[in-house]
Amino acid sequence: MIFLTRKAEFSSAHFYWNDAWSQQENERVFGKCANRNGHGHNYTLEVTVGGEVDPVSGFVVDLKELKDILEREVVSVYDHRHLNFEVPEFKSAIPTTENIAIAIWNRLDGKIPNAKLQRVRVYEMPDLFADYYGELSAD
Amino acid sequence: MPTDALTPVKKTPIASLSRRYHFSASHRLHSEQYDEGRNREVFGKCNNPHGHGHNYVVQITLKGPVDAVTGMVCNLGDLDAFARTNLLERFDHTNLNTLDCFAERVSTTENLAIEVHTIFESFPFARLAGVHVEETSNNSFDYAGEGSTPLESMR
Repeated sequence: MIFLTRKAEFSSAHFYWNDAWSQQENERVFGKCANRNGHGHNYTLEVTVGGEVDPVSGFVVDLKELKDILEREVVSVYDHRHLNFEVPEFKSAIPTTENIAIAIWNRLDGKIPNAKLQRVRVYEMPDLFADYYGELSAD
Repeated sequence: MPTDALTPVKKTPIASLSRRYHFSASHRLHSEQYDEGRNREVFGKCNNPHGHGHNYVVQITLKGPVDAVTGMVCNLGDLDAFARTNLLERFDHTNLNTLDCFAERVSTTENLAIEVHTIFESFPFARLAGVHVEETSNNSFDYAGEGSTPLESMR
Protein backbone atom coordinates (compact mmCIF):
# COMPACT_ATOMS: atom_id res chain seq x y z
CA MET A 1 0.00 0.00 0.00
CA ILE A 2 1.17 3.51 -0.79
CA PHE A 3 0.23 6.57 1.23
CA LEU A 4 -0.31 9.82 -0.56
CA THR A 5 -0.75 13.20 1.10
CA ARG A 6 -2.39 16.26 -0.35
CA LYS A 7 -2.32 19.70 1.26
CA ALA A 8 -4.96 22.40 1.15
CA GLU A 9 -5.28 25.71 2.93
CA PHE A 10 -8.14 27.68 4.33
CA SER A 11 -8.44 30.84 6.39
CA SER A 12 -11.18 31.01 8.98
CA ALA A 13 -12.33 32.80 12.09
CA HIS A 14 -13.32 31.12 15.34
CA PHE A 15 -13.51 31.41 19.10
CA TYR A 16 -13.76 28.88 21.93
CA TRP A 17 -16.87 29.07 24.05
CA ASN A 18 -19.02 26.65 26.00
CA ASP A 19 -22.57 27.97 26.47
CA ALA A 20 -23.02 25.89 29.61
CA TRP A 21 -20.31 27.90 31.38
CA SER A 22 -20.14 31.43 32.76
CA GLN A 23 -18.03 34.03 30.97
CA GLN A 24 -15.49 33.74 33.79
CA GLU A 25 -15.22 29.97 33.41
CA ASN A 26 -14.87 30.24 29.62
CA GLU A 27 -12.09 32.78 30.03
CA ARG A 28 -10.36 30.66 32.67
CA VAL A 29 -10.33 27.53 30.47
CA PHE A 30 -9.92 29.02 27.00
CA GLY A 31 -7.95 32.19 27.75
CA LYS A 32 -7.73 34.66 24.89
CA CYS A 33 -9.39 32.09 22.57
CA ALA A 34 -12.66 32.85 24.42
CA ASN A 35 -12.83 36.43 23.11
CA ARG A 36 -16.35 36.56 21.60
CA ASN A 37 -15.23 38.83 18.80
CA GLY A 38 -13.29 35.87 17.47
CA HIS A 39 -9.89 35.67 15.84
CA GLY A 40 -8.51 33.82 12.84
CA HIS A 41 -5.87 31.52 11.42
CA ASN A 42 -4.44 30.33 8.15
CA TYR A 43 -5.08 26.63 8.49
CA THR A 44 -3.14 24.00 6.57
CA LEU A 45 -4.85 20.70 5.98
CA GLU A 46 -2.94 17.53 5.09
CA VAL A 47 -5.05 14.60 3.99
CA THR A 48 -3.32 11.22 3.71
CA VAL A 49 -4.96 8.42 1.74
CA GLY A 50 -3.70 4.89 1.18
CA GLY A 51 -4.26 2.48 -1.66
CA GLU A 52 -2.68 0.35 -4.33
CA VAL A 53 -0.96 1.84 -7.35
CA ASP A 54 -3.08 1.34 -10.46
CA PRO A 55 -0.88 -0.55 -12.94
CA VAL A 56 -2.19 1.45 -15.88
CA SER A 57 -2.31 5.02 -14.58
CA GLY A 58 0.43 4.65 -11.94
CA PHE A 59 -1.85 6.56 -9.54
CA VAL A 60 -3.23 5.64 -6.15
CA VAL A 61 -5.84 8.32 -6.70
CA ASP A 62 -6.20 10.92 -9.37
CA LEU A 63 -4.68 14.00 -7.70
CA LYS A 64 -6.98 16.37 -9.53
CA GLU A 65 -9.97 14.39 -8.30
CA LEU A 66 -8.61 14.40 -4.72
CA LYS A 67 -8.04 18.14 -4.96
CA ASP A 68 -11.60 18.63 -6.18
CA ILE A 69 -12.98 16.52 -3.31
CA LEU A 70 -11.01 18.55 -0.73
CA GLU A 71 -12.24 21.75 -2.35
CA ARG A 72 -15.87 20.64 -2.44
CA GLU A 73 -16.11 18.92 0.96
CA VAL A 74 -13.86 21.17 3.07
CA VAL A 75 -12.31 24.30 1.58
CA SER A 76 -15.49 25.68 0.01
CA VAL A 77 -17.28 25.22 3.34
CA TYR A 78 -14.54 26.48 5.71
CA ASP A 79 -12.53 29.07 3.77
CA HIS A 80 -13.18 32.71 4.66
CA ARG A 81 -15.97 31.66 7.02
CA HIS A 82 -16.55 31.98 10.73
CA LEU A 83 -16.42 28.36 11.91
CA ASN A 84 -18.68 28.91 14.95
CA PHE A 85 -21.42 30.67 13.01
CA GLU A 86 -21.24 29.34 9.48
CA VAL A 87 -20.12 25.70 9.60
CA PRO A 88 -22.86 23.37 10.84
CA GLU A 89 -20.77 20.88 12.83
CA PHE A 90 -19.45 23.65 15.06
CA LYS A 91 -22.88 24.69 16.27
CA SER A 92 -22.62 21.72 18.63
CA ALA A 93 -18.84 21.34 19.01
CA ILE A 94 -16.12 23.85 19.84
CA PRO A 95 -13.92 24.46 16.76
CA THR A 96 -10.66 23.40 18.38
CA THR A 97 -7.93 22.05 16.10
CA GLU A 98 -8.78 18.54 17.36
CA ASN A 99 -12.47 18.90 16.51
CA ILE A 100 -11.67 20.42 13.10
CA ALA A 101 -9.52 17.36 12.29
CA ILE A 102 -12.34 15.01 13.38
CA ALA A 103 -14.97 16.96 11.41
CA ILE A 104 -12.83 16.93 8.26
CA TRP A 105 -12.28 13.17 8.65
CA ASN A 106 -16.06 12.70 8.89
CA ARG A 107 -16.60 14.88 5.82
CA LEU A 108 -14.07 12.93 3.73
CA ASP A 109 -14.33 9.35 4.97
CA GLY A 110 -15.73 7.10 2.25
CA LYS A 111 -15.75 9.83 -0.39
CA ILE A 112 -12.36 9.11 -1.98
CA PRO A 113 -12.62 6.52 -4.77
CA ASN A 114 -10.13 3.60 -4.70
CA ALA A 115 -8.35 4.82 -1.58
CA LYS A 116 -8.87 4.72 2.15
CA LEU A 117 -8.51 7.77 4.33
CA GLN A 118 -5.51 7.25 6.65
CA ARG A 119 -4.88 10.50 8.44
CA VAL A 120 -6.21 14.02 8.67
CA ARG A 121 -3.69 16.57 9.96
CA VAL A 122 -4.76 20.14 10.62
CA TYR A 123 -2.22 22.87 11.35
CA GLU A 124 -3.68 25.87 13.12
CA MET A 125 -0.23 27.44 12.87
CA PRO A 126 3.19 26.00 12.09
CA ASP A 127 3.82 25.11 15.73
CA LEU A 128 0.48 23.49 16.50
CA PHE A 129 -1.32 20.66 14.76
CA ALA A 130 -3.79 17.86 15.47
CA ASP A 131 -3.91 14.41 13.85
CA TYR A 132 -6.94 12.15 13.58
CA TYR A 133 -6.82 8.56 12.33
CA GLY A 134 -10.52 7.80 12.71
CA GLU A 135 -9.89 6.09 16.05
CA LEU A 136 -12.66 5.86 18.60
CA SER A 137 -12.44 4.90 22.24
CA ALA A 138 -13.43 1.34 23.15
CA ASP A 139 -16.51 2.25 25.21
CA MET B 1 -24.58 14.48 6.51
CA PRO B 2 -22.26 17.39 7.28
CA THR B 3 -24.80 18.81 9.73
CA ASP B 4 -24.10 15.80 11.91
CA ALA B 5 -20.42 15.51 11.14
CA LEU B 6 -19.59 15.51 14.84
CA THR B 7 -22.80 14.52 16.60
CA PRO B 8 -24.14 12.26 17.80
CA VAL B 9 -21.25 9.92 18.45
CA LYS B 10 -21.42 7.35 21.19
CA LYS B 11 -17.70 6.66 21.23
CA THR B 12 -15.15 9.36 21.88
CA PRO B 13 -12.77 10.13 19.02
CA ILE B 14 -9.10 9.75 19.88
CA ALA B 15 -6.87 12.43 18.37
CA SER B 16 -3.29 13.48 18.79
CA LEU B 17 -2.09 16.99 19.31
CA SER B 18 1.41 18.19 18.51
CA ARG B 19 3.04 21.36 19.71
CA ARG B 20 6.48 22.70 18.78
CA TYR B 21 8.80 24.55 21.15
CA HIS B 22 12.04 26.32 20.32
CA PHE B 23 15.16 26.80 22.37
CA SER B 24 18.78 27.64 21.71
CA ALA B 25 21.65 25.93 23.46
CA SER B 26 25.29 25.05 23.07
CA HIS B 27 26.91 21.67 23.44
CA ARG B 28 30.01 19.66 22.72
CA LEU B 29 30.05 15.98 21.87
CA HIS B 30 32.76 14.42 23.97
CA SER B 31 33.03 11.16 25.85
CA GLU B 32 35.25 10.75 28.91
CA GLN B 33 35.65 7.11 27.90
CA TYR B 34 37.53 8.05 24.74
CA ASP B 35 40.95 9.66 24.52
CA GLU B 36 41.43 12.93 22.68
CA GLY B 37 42.19 11.30 19.35
CA ARG B 38 39.26 8.92 19.49
CA ASN B 39 36.86 11.74 20.49
CA ARG B 40 38.06 13.72 17.51
CA GLU B 41 37.65 10.72 15.23
CA VAL B 42 34.14 9.82 16.41
CA PHE B 43 32.60 13.26 16.91
CA GLY B 44 34.49 15.33 14.31
CA LYS B 45 33.77 19.05 14.43
CA CYS B 46 31.14 18.45 17.13
CA ASN B 47 34.12 17.74 19.42
CA ASN B 48 35.69 21.20 18.97
CA PRO B 49 36.84 22.17 22.47
CA HIS B 50 34.73 25.26 23.04
CA GLY B 51 31.47 23.76 21.80
CA HIS B 52 28.96 25.14 19.33
CA GLY B 53 25.22 25.76 19.33
CA HIS B 54 21.89 25.04 17.70
CA ASN B 55 18.37 26.35 17.53
CA TYR B 56 16.57 23.24 18.69
CA VAL B 57 12.95 22.47 17.91
CA VAL B 58 11.11 20.09 20.21
CA GLN B 59 7.82 18.68 18.96
CA ILE B 60 5.64 17.03 21.58
CA THR B 61 2.78 14.72 20.55
CA LEU B 62 0.03 13.90 23.04
CA LYS B 63 -2.71 11.42 22.31
CA GLY B 64 -6.04 10.81 23.93
CA PRO B 65 -9.81 11.13 23.78
CA VAL B 66 -11.13 14.54 22.73
CA ASP B 67 -12.95 15.89 25.77
CA ALA B 68 -16.62 16.30 24.88
CA VAL B 69 -16.92 19.53 26.85
CA THR B 70 -13.77 21.40 25.84
CA GLY B 71 -13.14 19.77 22.44
CA MET B 72 -9.52 19.25 23.44
CA VAL B 73 -7.03 16.43 23.98
CA CYS B 74 -5.52 18.68 26.62
CA ASN B 75 -5.52 22.35 27.41
CA LEU B 76 -2.72 24.11 25.53
CA GLY B 77 -2.33 26.58 28.37
CA ASP B 78 -1.46 23.68 30.70
CA LEU B 79 0.95 22.21 28.14
CA ASP B 80 2.65 25.55 27.47
CA ALA B 81 3.03 26.24 31.19
CA PHE B 82 4.51 22.76 31.72
CA ALA B 83 6.88 23.21 28.76
CA ARG B 84 7.97 26.62 29.99
CA THR B 85 8.85 25.35 33.46
CA ASN B 86 10.23 21.92 32.63
CA LEU B 87 11.74 22.37 29.18
CA LEU B 88 12.42 25.96 28.16
CA GLU B 89 13.55 27.33 31.51
CA ARG B 90 15.88 24.35 31.94
CA PHE B 91 17.40 24.24 28.46
CA ASP B 92 17.08 27.62 26.72
CA HIS B 93 20.31 29.59 26.51
CA THR B 94 22.28 26.98 28.42
CA ASN B 95 25.29 24.85 27.68
CA LEU B 96 23.72 21.37 27.63
CA ASN B 97 26.95 19.76 28.85
CA THR B 98 26.66 21.65 32.17
CA LEU B 99 23.19 20.22 32.95
CA ASP B 100 22.77 17.30 35.35
CA CYS B 101 21.11 15.12 32.71
CA PHE B 102 24.25 15.25 30.57
CA ALA B 103 26.76 14.79 33.39
CA GLU B 104 27.06 11.09 32.54
CA ARG B 105 25.83 11.08 28.94
CA VAL B 106 27.02 12.71 25.73
CA SER B 107 24.75 15.61 24.78
CA THR B 108 23.73 14.14 21.43
CA THR B 109 20.26 14.91 20.20
CA GLU B 110 19.36 11.24 20.66
CA ASN B 111 20.05 11.62 24.37
CA LEU B 112 18.28 14.97 24.39
CA ALA B 113 15.18 13.36 22.83
CA ILE B 114 15.22 10.66 25.52
CA GLU B 115 15.50 13.33 28.24
CA VAL B 116 12.66 15.35 26.70
CA HIS B 117 10.55 12.19 26.59
CA THR B 118 11.22 11.57 30.29
CA ILE B 119 10.19 15.14 31.07
CA PHE B 120 6.91 15.06 29.17
CA GLU B 121 5.99 11.58 30.41
CA SER B 122 5.19 13.29 33.69
CA PHE B 123 2.82 15.81 32.07
CA PRO B 124 -0.28 15.07 34.10
CA PHE B 125 -3.10 15.97 31.71
CA ALA B 126 -2.56 13.76 28.62
CA ARG B 127 -0.61 10.71 27.48
CA LEU B 128 2.65 11.33 25.68
CA ALA B 129 2.75 9.55 22.31
CA GLY B 130 6.25 10.60 21.35
CA VAL B 131 8.78 13.38 20.93
CA HIS B 132 10.56 14.67 17.85
CA VAL B 133 13.64 16.86 18.26
CA GLU B 134 15.22 18.83 15.42
CA GLU B 135 18.84 19.82 15.91
CA THR B 136 19.11 21.53 12.53
CA SER B 137 16.72 21.60 9.61
CA ASN B 138 18.54 18.51 8.30
CA ASN B 139 18.82 16.42 11.47
CA SER B 140 15.93 15.23 13.57
CA PHE B 141 15.37 12.48 16.10
CA ASP B 142 12.25 10.66 17.32
CA TYR B 143 11.69 8.79 20.55
CA ALA B 144 8.55 7.18 21.89
CA GLY B 145 9.80 5.40 24.98
CA GLU B 146 11.64 2.18 25.60
CA GLY B 147 10.38 -0.75 23.56
CA SER B 148 8.15 1.19 21.21
CA THR B 149 8.98 2.38 17.75
CA PRO B 150 8.13 6.04 17.15
CA LEU B 151 5.87 5.35 14.19
CA GLU B 152 3.65 2.85 16.02
CA SER B 153 3.36 5.03 19.03
CA MET B 154 2.57 8.22 17.13
CA ARG B 155 -0.26 6.41 15.38
